Amino acid sequence: MGSYLVRRVGTSALVLLLASIVVFVGVRALPGDAALALAGEERDPAALAEIREKYGLNDPIVVQYLRYLGNSLQGDLGFSTRTGLDVSQIIVDRLPVTLELALLSLLVGLLIGIPAGIVAALRRGSWPDNVSNGFGLLGLSIPNFWLGLVLILVVSVQLRLLPASGYVPLLENPVQNLQRMVLPAIVLGTGLSAVLMRQMRSAMLETMSADYVRTARSKGLSERQVVLVHALRNSLITVVTVLGLQLGALISGAVITEQIFVIPGFGKLIVDGVFTRDYPVIQGVALVTVFGYVLVNLLVDLTYSFLNPRIRVSGAAS
Amino acid sequence: MRRFLRRRLSVFGLAVLVLIVALALFAPVFGDPGANDFAAVLQPPSAQHPLGTDDLGRDTLARIAHGARVSMQAGVLATLLAMAVGVPLGLIAGYYRGWADLVISRTTDLLLAFPFLILAVGLAAILGPSLRNVVIALGISALPSFIRVTRGEVLGLREQDYVAGAIADGARDVRILRRYILPNAISPLLVQATVTIPEAIIGESVLSFLGLGVQPPTPSWGTMLSAAQSFLSQAPLLAVFPGVAIALAALSFNLVGDGLRDTLDPKATR
Repeated sequence: MGSYLVRRVGTSALVLLLASIVVFVGVRALPGDAALALAGEERDPAALAEIREKYGLNDPIVVQYLRYLGNSLQGDLGFSTRTGLDVSQIIVDRLPVTLELALLSLLVGLLIGIPAGIVAALRRGSWPDNVSNGFGLLGLSIPNFWLGLVLILVVSVQLRLLPASGYVPLLENPVQNLQRMVLPAIVLGTGLSAVLMRQMRSAMLETMSADYVRTARSKGLSERQVVLVHALRNSLITVVTVLGLQLGALISGAVITEQIFVIPGFGKLIVDGVFTRDYPVIQGVALVTVFGYVLVNLLVDLTYSFLNPRIRVSGAAS
Repeated sequence: MRRFLRRRLSVFGLAVLVLIVALALFAPVFGDPGANDFAAVLQPPSAQHPLGTDDLGRDTLARIAHGARVSMQAGVLATLLAMAVGVPLGLIAGYYRGWADLVISRTTDLLLAFPFLILAVGLAAILGPSLRNVVIALGISALPSFIRVTRGEVLGLREQDYVAGAIADGARDVRILRRYILPNAISPLLVQATVTIPEAIIGESVLSFLGLGVQPPTPSWGTMLSAAQSFLSQAPLLAVFPGVAIALAALSFNLVGDGLRDTLDPKATR
């Protein structure tokens, strides 16, 4: 376990370091002059030269990268060229919004996906199985931003049940907050539930035909015990891993869902940053996103190897 | 019975797919997607405009048909790009292992560290908005899965006796890879392609919707939805048709992919 842990953490650290280079180079590859963006309305060559000097834009790119890396490690992500606000502070403000959305979506995804997957696997070939499979296929095929538009159309515009867009902080008014978060969470959650349902179903089918389940049955355990104690537990291990990989899909989904429902979260921040050429914001958001994503996948991998020792062994052998 | 139903669904998917490809190929038959009819703005479906018109009096059916061209191109070309780059890299990583595998696998990890859409949005922003750049952005984003699938297959196939036999026979590496390894890795790659194409189709519509992809007035399902957003209460159907088109296109590929997996992989527990 020890060596696996060290190796796995080392790989993640390396990936993060490389990713920071990619983000740094990528942001510099964006069209437009960083000094011009910083200058705003200013077009005076002398003023631009002064800005270049002040922000160290004349230094060799390696020096610029190392400075950026050093600052980032200390939590200093620079200042937005549009609003002049501290990027770290903007991220701290916006992150909880997206986290709430992600958690609610996860809840929707788990509540639909897991039971549907279990029922589909246990009643294989029956109508609940077919309904679940159809739902799973539709969930994979319907783009979530369109689902969002349709929900706004039906629930907000036609039925006038919920507000179409906007955001109220949770602590300010929990009821209004939830009213505005329900639709986005459903949009993001259904896509997730489709993936979870498909994974849960195939994991359950696999464990139900495993030897230990046959043993459990032949011991005379009730079907209920067999399913709950033996099959379900082992199937969930597989699904947990998928859940970690789905975080990327959740982040991707949040980008567009927040755009449609006008939620001032992380995803909207990066899209707005791209459009206003706010380089420090893009850089900061990309870095924090990658960091979170890699960290969660690391945790999932470690949890998985803890739950399923075979992974550690085969991991050490390769 | 179940298998039959499954096949029937795949057949249905294939039929829808053929229909969409035909729509894309014969798009001009459905009219000029840029022709304005200012006397008929935001019209509901009628005999003259079977799917109605948009805010500039353009025929929705013509725009959907031309949008199918964009979507199909984006989906297929991005996938082909990912395959053209990813498969050779996966072959090298899996066959030679050692440092080549290390470099390629770490690069894959690096690409995977960026959520799909964040990577695609970033690449599209760097490259600038156009169909070609959307294809490049989506192709790069889909690269890791092709490298991984190929590498995994090669690692297994490499241990087969017939490969050892070919090596003992003095066959060159290129010949072994092309003659013995690649043909046996084709089915998982095909299945991966049918998963990637719908993702790329949806990816194109998302990028275009955000304004980072195909630019108006070129009709794309994503830009159509983006424009329809402003007219949700006056012309709700404008936001319905392009979405149905995207969903059907993605669904048809997913159904065909499921069918392929069933036929090609007898071990699959589906």
